Amino acid sequence: MELTSSKEHGLHIVTVQEHRIDAAVALAFKDRMRDATDGGDETVLLDLNHVQFIDSSGLGAIVAAMKNLGPERKLVLAGLTPTVDKVFRLTRMDSVFGVFPTVEAALADFQS
Amino acid sequence: MPDPVVLPPFSVSLAGAEDAVRAGLAQAMTCLRPLGLSVDDAGTVELVLAEVLNNVVEHALRSTEELTNVEVRGAQSAKGLRLTVIDRGVPMPKGIAPAAKAPDVDVPIEDLPEGGFGWFMIHSLATEVHYARIGGTNHLTLLLPVGT
Repeated sequence: MELTSSKEHGLHIVTVQEHRIDAAVALAFKDRMRDATDGGDETVLLDLNHVQFIDSSGLGAIVAAMKNLGPERKLVLAGLTPTVDKVFRLTRMDSVFGVFPTVEAALADFQS
Repeated sequence: MPDPVVLPPFSVSLAGAEDAVRAGLAQAMTCLRPLGLSVDDAGTVELVLAEVLNNVVEHALRSTEELTNVEVRGAQSAKGLRLTVIDRGVPMPKGIAPAAKAPDVDVPIEDLPEGGFGWFMIHSLATEVHYARIGGTNHLTLLLPVGT
């Protein structure tokens, strides 16, 4: 489970370098997210543009990652591909997370 | 009215490990390719099958070392794609498939659920869900509104 991080304009961008967040890697995703985000205080933007598929375990892991940030920080999402977007809409989790079509759109919103 | 297109039944192997479903699911999607589903429809099928196969591995298999062959039967008609997934695991509790329970997202973030979405997703994406225990095997039949 490979995640890469960058910091831009006060936003911590975490890019998932995997095509799937499913039952096989949900735990690893949670662990890697914790490693990447613990101890910080910025809003985290999760860039999912490489991810073609998530199942309910993957969704749960993303929710866990947001809860792990604590009440003072936000987790926003960018680059939801069609099947991933379907999962968020079906479960209404798209209303819980800020969702942006691209990282650029998220950055623009964050800076305004 | 065209006759249903019945796919030759196929088996996928699920070894009882976490990545078992990934391989089995990929096999299943390959076997369904002759249906020529749109990308969106294929996504629906993959989502439902992932949840069903996850469920087989998590609940039906007696031990995590077991290798089990799950048979998948598919028939495409104007009504949609009827998929039957057959496994030899333990029966579903109460003899019926779990109901759809929508995750409650109107709660504070710290109370958001992290699981229990699987059957909700299956019921949301399938127009029919039917479970039967037949001679020591579980038969889960789904009708998916795809390929129509």
